[in-house]
Order: sequence, then structure tokens, then C-alpha cells
Amino acid sequence: MDNLLSIITFTPLIAALILGVFLKGDSPSDQANAKWVALIATTATFLISLFVLFEFDPSDAGFQFVEDRSWLLGLRYKMGVDGISILFVMLTTFLMPITIGACWTVTHRVKEYMIAFLVLETLMLGVFCALDLVLFYLFFEGGLIPMFLIIGIWGGKDRIYATFKFFLYTFLGSVLMLVAMVAMYMDAGTTDIPTLLAHQFSAGDIVIGGKTIVGGMQTFLWFAFLASFAVKMPMWPVHTWLPDAHVQAPTAGSVVLAAIMLKMGGYGFLRFSLPMFPVASDIWAPLIFWMSAIAIVYTSLVALAQQDMKKLIAYSSVAHMGYVTMGIFAANQQGVDGAIFQMLSHGFVSGALFLCVGVIYDRMHTREIDAYGGLVNRMPAYALVFMLFTMANVGLPGTSGFIGEFLTLAGIFQVNTWVAAVAATGVILSAAYALWLYRRVVFGDLIKESLRSITDMNLRERAIFAPLVAMTLLLGVYPSLVTDIIGPSVEALLSNYQMALAETPVSTQLAGN
Amino acid sequence: MEKIILFAPLIGALLCGFGYRMFGEKAAMWITTAMVFLSMLFSWVVFMGFDGEMRQVEIFRWIDSGSFVADWAIRIDRLTAIMLIVVTTVSAFVHLYSFGYMAHDPEWREGESYKPRFFAYLSFFTFTMLALVTADNLVQLFFGWEGVGVASYLLIGFYYRKPSANAAAIKAFVVNRVGDFGFLLAMFALFFLLDSVRFDDIFDKAPELATMQLSFLNGTWSAANVVGVLLFIGAMGKSAQLFLHTWLPDAMEGPTPVSALIHAATMVTAGVFLVCRMSPVLEFAPDAKNMIVFIGAVTAFFAATVGLVQNDIKRVIAYSTCSQLGYMFVAAGVGVYSAAMFHLLTHAFFKALLFLCAGSVIHAMHHEQDMRNYGGLRKKIPFTFWTMVIGTLAITGVGIPLTHIGFAGFLSKDAIIESAWGGHAYFAFWMLVIAAAFTSFYSWRLIFMTFFGEARGDRRAHDHAHESPVTMLVPLGVLSVGAVLAGMLWYGNFFGDHDSVNRFYGVPSHEVAAVAGHGETAAEGEAAAALPGQGAIYTAPDNHAMENAHHAPQWVKASPFLAMLAGFAVAWLFYINKPELPGQTARAARPLYLFLLNKWYFDELYDAIIVQPARNIGRALWKGGDGGIIDGGINGVAMGIVPFFTRVAGRLQSGYLFHYAFAMVIGIAVLVTWMALTGGAE
Repeated sequence: MDNLLSIITFTPLIAALILGVFLKGDSPSDQANAKWVALIATTATFLISLFVLFEFDPSDAGFQFVEDRSWLLGLRYKMGVDGISILFVMLTTFLMPITIGACWTVTHRVKEYMIAFLVLETLMLGVFCALDLVLFYLFFEGGLIPMFLIIGIWGGKDRIYATFKFFLYTFLGSVLMLVAMVAMYMDAGTTDIPTLLAHQFSAGDIVIGGKTIVGGMQTFLWFAFLASFAVKMPMWPVHTWLPDAHVQAPTAGSVVLAAIMLKMGGYGFLRFSLPMFPVASDIWAPLIFWMSAIAIVYTSLVALAQQDMKKLIAYSSVAHMGYVTMGIFAANQQGVDGAIFQMLSHGFVSGALFLCVGVIYDRMHTREIDAYGGLVNRMPAYALVFMLFTMANVGLPGTSGFIGEFLTLAGIFQVNTWVAAVAATGVILSAAYALWLYRRVVFGDLIKESLRSITDMNLRERAIFAPLVAMTLLLGVYPSLVTDIIGPSVEALLSNYQMALAETPVSTQLAGN
Repeated sequence: MEKIILFAPLIGALLCGFGYRMFGEKAAMWITTAMVFLSMLFSWVVFMGFDGEMRQVEIFRWIDSGSFVADWAIRIDRLTAIMLIVVTTVSAFVHLYSFGYMAHDPEWREGESYKPRFFAYLSFFTFTMLALVTADNLVQLFFGWEGVGVASYLLIGFYYRKPSANAAAIKAFVVNRVGDFGFLLAMFALFFLLDSVRFDDIFDKAPELATMQLSFLNGTWSAANVVGVLLFIGAMGKSAQLFLHTWLPDAMEGPTPVSALIHAATMVTAGVFLVCRMSPVLEFAPDAKNMIVFIGAVTAFFAATVGLVQNDIKRVIAYSTCSQLGYMFVAAGVGVYSAAMFHLLTHAFFKALLFLCAGSVIHAMHHEQDMRNYGGLRKKIPFTFWTMVIGTLAITGVGIPLTHIGFAGFLSKDAIIESAWGGHAYFAFWMLVIAAAFTSFYSWRLIFMTFFGEARGDRRAHDHAHESPVTMLVPLGVLSVGAVLAGMLWYGNFFGDHDSVNRFYGVPSHEVAAVAGHGETAAEGEAAAALPGQGAIYTAPDNHAMENAHHAPQWVKASPFLAMLAGFAVAWLFYINKPELPGQTARAARPLYLFLLNKWYFDELYDAIIVQPARNIGRALWKGGDGGIIDGGINGVAMGIVPFFTRVAGRLQSGYLFHYAFAMVIGIAVLVTWMALTGGAE
């Protein structure tokens, strides 16, 4: 079983091929077949990934399940997971069956829809498993295509605009990353990620046209990666593609986008920026801190003004990702643990919130908050589920949302109290916008004529939510499930980081401060 | 046993909330009530049998990140034991009371199952409150702290069809979150400074805090003071102290049993509990203590003035609660934590009693809450009348001056006022004495307007006014007993001589401490009095506020009693003797009257300087920032690309997208191939 990661990664792709080759026709029964094949494939992927989780040795901070083969043109196909990436793999495999379950009501080009999601899963899993720069880049950029199609074909009215915006932002970021990768290859002579992690990129100051660039080459590389990851996260001020993309994306697309694809940026920071360019990270961390703090306050305030449910949740996502970037560059155990936890938790919570919107969108075909009101009268089960995830979004202790927020703030407080204080105002603002949304949609009397006959969640919808509810509460009450796995790897990451900083000539560090 | 106390209400809440369809409404309600009574029984066993030694019961791991460790665990010491009986007793009788009160709620339509939901919320609240008081680290306390906030949010908004109830619920949650912001920062600061959030570690290292400096925001401060102030900001939110008090009166939108349990007896006292719990830190934070005294005293005064003119029976009591919480903070701020806890205990009994009586009146009057429509109800609902008078005697502090015989409030409130004097907080002392006169006035005003004089308002409501069912009267009776006896029973323990108070809290006395110090010399033994963390509360060796209070001059001790008499006399004059006087006075001093009636215009002020600007800024950032600057800028940069796309967009129907995607794949493939060819990695 030494190729377990490849099996996990490519199972969905194989299912997609089977669908593409063997399933012809578009009758209802063909559509049902397509859905079932996708559901079975994603579920199987999840079950296999459980093997990896159980076989994983958390006390070992290095890469495990490593596969290393030669591939076309002398490139290496290298896969492996450590404590930081394994849980993102699990998050992906866990959420995909739920996502497929959420597309059950789609009738337009069902086969292609399923294929898109299956291919997307393969590419996302590849991102988290790849241990070779080129491989990573392929998966990372390839993931854009299916998402691009999902929004562009199955999206809402203004889907073309949203798709272009989404594409433009992410693609411009990745071009810079590609250039940086070429530069890294020329400097280190390899694309092997574990080797690159041990490689020291030059951090000596460079003088260009009379201006001194502190951190030298590391700074250039760091900013190139930032361009790509900041857009993916997304960080303020390059976040504006996200609300548009979410609004136009179909429910399942939003779920994958928010729950998994945004995490690629955070994962990238942890895999590349922080460990490979420690000096630049140290020098430029304050920039990240302030971008994060501004993101939290700014997008929370913007969320207060929204009239569209999905937009509101999208802005709230940006705010929550602010905690992640802040925690990562706080570069201490609480900050990084918290950042990873926050990403996982946000995967469950934001995914669930978009599903909540989907439930009523399927019934009423509008996302306007004002079109609703008083749903609790006819949809008590829905009201309960929505309340739970609203509270998790607000960061209530006892839900997974609290742990990530709390740890990242505890981490940043040790580094910069100003940023911690500004970011902590997010707990007030998030309560305001989230409860205000809930009140306008769910509470109140049911007076709108159009809502008179709305029905509560059916069995399929309840089944979709059940695992998310369970994970949100479980991780809120017993977060050690996660921190035990990520702890040693994060510790190793940070001790390498501190060591690298200590070895750097003092002058550089002074110049940075 | 401790675990049963904690988890029984949770189990009750879950069974009731999710299982009522299975075993019926009545059974579900009885299950929750029985669970809470079980909790109460065990709590009293724990309280009575408690020997002063702190115990910890591990449950399981919680947060574990590097050196940051916070586990689920129960900590039983005297403070917890006191809170246990307060919470479970009031909660149990409120459950019982709700059987009658919620029986035929006019807010609901035929066939709607609102009762199990109500009971489930009540029990859930009880669980989170118990989690708060039994916490053995700050983060777990914060879990309970936020948990009660949610329960309070759900219960204030219980009548979810009413827009006013929904608004009040959100306001309560958000204003509390402002306090939680301070609480969070306090936790981060403590963790940063002491590397732990466990009470044991914090208390052990508390003396170090006094000498530590913390760079916080733009300056360097004494660490203990920063932590103390931040914690108090948290307490201000939960306990509705001035500036963060605006949610409490609005919280009266919830059903009356909720007001009694959450917004009078238990949740709002959590802030006082927090301050007492953190006494080892606060004893090293003189500036924070001064702030607590000041805010507490001003709140006591402010809320009492507003209470003078309110007409809604529940709002009068709500402002009274706000004011009494101010008293407790003054006591805690001058360092007599025991007196604060004493008032917390007695207040829980008599304030819950007052609210439940008000509920009984409202029930009798068909959910009319305006006192201007009451009058002459003494004969119609005699049991309610007499219990409410007992509650009023307790809150106004009736007793025999200069002795320890009197209603509960007489002993505990006087203890606080004497403590304020003993702690040299003379400003607070005078504020509290004046507030005591106001308290007496508005409390008697409430009694006189409700039960005496002519029947006013809707004739039919008065004709149909009837005494409440027995499930409502039993709680009134039980709490009355508490309101009468609680003060006299425990005076010695809370505010008696030094040794008996220390014994009560498990603080080692001087000799024991000396022995524990392995028989060191007498001089060292004296210095080693009691260390922070030994016993449930800590008072620094130089804190003599309680001794000073015991030796306060006679006029100081008698002053609250005199203030009470004055308040009563004026109320009697205004509402019994010369009923035309209130109207004349209001007209004569109209600006002042409006100022008080509109609660010093805090709501209007906050709306103008916080709520509206936040919305406007949000809208401006969205339209101007995101739409104008960011998108505008980036589109501008990408000017060469956008027109191309817009041209293509016309033709780009779904089918064409595949072509486009194909082009993308080719592009990536070319890039990768180039990389491979130039390097041929390895």
C-alpha cells in the first residue's frame, strides 16, 4: 500500500473517465446514474483516505506515505503528507460526498457537472499531496479549470462576469508564482519540495538602482508567492473576486470554493512562504498582520451592509481567512495551530452556511435577504441547523469556530498587541452581521405570501448536514483530535524557522525592523 | 456527584428539546424540571458538606496547543459552591414556575409546541451557567460565559415573531460581545505573561504580575492593572454596568421566568463572580480596583435614578437589578469580595422573587405590564401581594439598625455600604447611600402603584384578575423564605469576624499558614499569612477594608437604613397620601423627568455614534472601497484584457467555455514543458 496517496488522488479522476467514456445519453435515469457514480466514487475516496489517517504517525514530523517516481520529461512525480497537509486531504475527501449530495437537484448537463467535480477533487487532493514544485503547480493551477467551468456553465445570471474576474485575479497571481518557481529551480537545482525546504535561499540585501531591497532574493520570491496565495485566500485588498464568484456559483460550487479551494492559499503559505523564505517572512510579517487585521474589520463592516445572503457569507469568509494569515505569520505554535484549525473549521462551517443558503435557494430561487423572513414558522429543523452554523461562524466556544479564532488571536497577541486588539473587534462585528442575517431570514412572523407553502428540509438535506453538524461540535468540544496530529509537524516547522532566522546575519534583520 | 450537577441539566435539555415528540410535552417538561431539581439537591449537599478544601474533577482534554493547555475540568471551592446553590435553586424553582406561567401564552397559536422549547432553553442555560461557575481555567469559564450569552439570546428572542424581541436579543448578544472583547484580550495577556490560563497557575504567579510590565498598545503598563481592567470590561458587559448596560432593560422582552433566572439572579451576576474569582490578580491591581469601584458606584446611582420613573413593571425591576449589581462591584472593588458574594446570594433570592411576583401580576392581568393600568390588586391576588412585599422589604433593606437582624438585603447591602466606607471609597459610599434611598422609593412606588389605590386601565382585566396556580405560588413561597432568612443565616460566614470568613472560604489562618511554612520563624510566619490561591478568595495583607468596615462609625452603619426610610416616606407621600404629586413634579421638572424616562438617552446616543456609522461605513467600504477603488483600480490595470474578454463574452455560451478551458490547459502545458526542457529536473 505504498501508493495509497495516488490511489486517493486519482480515484475520482478514474470515476470521471468512466462517466465520460461509458455514460451516454441524458435521460433522468442516466442523470441518476451519473450522480450515483460520483457519490460512490467520492465516498470510496473518503473511506480509503481514512486508512491514511489511521496509519499516519503523528509523532513523526516528516513526510509519510512518500511516493517518488520519474514522470514525463525527467520530471519527478513525488507525493507525501505530513501533519500539516494530511488534514486538508481529509477535509477534501470528507466534504466531496457532501458536495455531490448537494447537487442532487441539478438537471442541466448532469454528467458533465459530476465530471467537473470529480476532476476538481483529484486536482485539489493533488495540491495537498504534491511534493514536487512542478507537480504542485500543475494541480494548483489545474484546479482553476473545473471551478471556472462550474461557475461559467452552471452559475447564475452574471456568471460570465464573475468567471472572468475570478480567472483574472487568480491567473495573474499564479503567473508570478510560476516565475518564482523557475527562479527557485535555478537557485536550488531541484524541484523537490523536501529538498527545497532544507535549502537556504539567499537573504542578503540587493541594491537595485540605489534602493536597497531587504531580504534580497527571499523577498522577491516571497512576494511572488504572496501574489498567488493572497488571491486564493483571499486577502484584503485582492478579495473582491470572491463575493462575485460565490454569488454566481451554484451551491455545490460555492461549497467547494469556500470550504476547500480557499485553503490552498493558507496551505501554500505554510508549505512555501514561511519555511522556505523565513527571513522575508519575518521582515514582511507586519504587512501581513495589518492586511489581515484590516481584512477582518473591513469585510465585517461590508458584510453588515449586504442584501444578498451569499455575498454576506462570502465577506464573512474573507474575514475568517484574515485570522488564518495572521496566525500563520505570528509564527508561534498557537498562531499556526490556530490557523490550520481555523481553515479546517471554516471548511465545515462556511460549507454548511452555503448549503443553508442553497436549501432555501432551491425552494425560492432568490438569495435576497428581504425575500425571506419567518422561516422558523415552517422550517424548524432548518432554523436549528442554520442557528448552529451561525453560532459556529460567530466563534462560539463549544463549536469548532471558536478554537481557531481563539488560538490565532492568542498567537498574534504575543507578537503584536495592536493587531490583536484590532482583529479581536472581529468577534463583535461577526456577531452583529451573522445574527442580523439570521434574524431577517429565519425569525419574525411568516407574512410573505410566497413563503406560505415552503417546506422544511427533506431527508437528503438532513443527511448532508448531519456530518457537518457532527464535525463542528466534535472539533469544538474535543479539538485535540486535530491539534495532536498537526502539533509535531508545526513544532518542527517553527523550530526550523527560528533556527533559520538565528543563522541569518544580524544586519539583515535589523534592516528589516 | 459534581459531574451529575453539571450534566443533568444538559441531558434534560437535550431530551426535552429533541425528544418531546416522542414522549409528549408534559413528560418532556417534567424531565427537565426533575433533572434541575436533582442538580439542586446535589448542589446543596456539596455546599453544606464543603470543608473549604478545593477539589478538582478532570473530565477530558480540550485545547492543547504547545504550552497552551485548557482542559475540561470541574473546580469546586467555596465560590463555586455558593454559585452552585444560587444557580440550581433559582433555576429549579423557575422551571416549576414556568409550568403555570407558560401554560397559555397568548403569543402562540393553537397547536404550537413552544413549551418544550422553552424548558429546553432554560435547562441549557442552567448547564452553561454551571459550566461557567465550575470552570477551572479561564477558557472554560469563557465557554460558559458565551454559552449563557447564547441561552440568553435565545430566550430574549423566544417570542420570535415580535420584532422588538428579536432586536433585543441581538442587542444583548452584541453588547455582551463588546465585553467579551475585553475578556479575550485579558486571557491572551495572562497567557502571554504567565504561560497558562489555569486558575491554579495564575493564582500562584499572581504576585509576579504586580511587578511585571506589559507593552500593550501604545504604552507599557503594570501587567496586573491591564489584566484587571480588561477582565472588568468583560464583567461590565455581562453584568450590565454603565456604558454596556443598555441591553439589560431591553432583555425584558423575554418571558418573565427568564428575566427572573437569567437577568436577575444568575447570568448577570457572572461578572461579579468573575471579579471575585480573579481576586488574587485584582489584589495586585489597584488602578483596576479603583475603576471597578467607580463604575460600580456610578451604575448603582444611574440605574436607580432611571428606575424612579419607569412605568413598565419589569423595567423597574430590571433597572433595580442593574443598580444592585453596581453595589456588588463596589464591594469587590474595595477588596471585600466576600460582601460582594453575600449580596450576590441574597440578591438572587429576593430579585428572583420580585420578578416572579411581577410575573404573577402580569399573569393575573392578562399580560398587561404597564403599572399605570394596575392599582388595587392587593385583594385580588393576596399571596402574590404578600410575597412581593417580602421581596420589597428585602431589597430595600429593612431590619433593626445596628444589629444583625433583618431581611436579607438589610444585612448584605449594609455590608457593602460599610465596606465602601471601610475601603475609603467615600464617593462610592455616598453614591450608594443615595441609591439606597432611590431603591426604596421605586420599590415602594411599584408596590403602591400595583396593589394600592383605585383600579386603573382596562376594567375587564381587573375583573378577571385571579391568583396564579399553585406551581407558580410554591416558588414564590420558597424564595420568600430565602429573602427573609438568607441574610441572617450566613452573615457570620460572609461578613462576620475575620476568622470565620476565612474559614468559610478555606483561607488558611495565620497559625496554619505558619505551620504549613515548615515552622519558620515567627516573623516569617506572619508575612506568610495566606498566599494567593489558598482559599477561594484572596485578600492582600494590606487590605483592611473589611476590618475598617466593622469599625465604621455608628452613623455610617445607620445611614442606609435612614436612606431607606426617606425613600419609603416619599413614595408613601407621592402614591398614597397625595396621588396628584407625581404628575405635578414631573411637569415642574420636565427636562429632568424626560431625561430619566429616556434612560439618560444612552440608546439614542449609541445609535447615533456607533450603530448608524457602522452601517454607513460598511456601505461606503462596499460601494466605494470594493466597487470603486479596488475593482476600479484592477480593471484599470487590466484595461488591455477586459475589452477583449467583453468582446468574447457575447459569444461565450456554455459550449465555448470548453474551448476556452482547453486553451488554458494548453497554456499551462507549454509552460511546464518549457520548464522541463530547460532543466530536465535531475
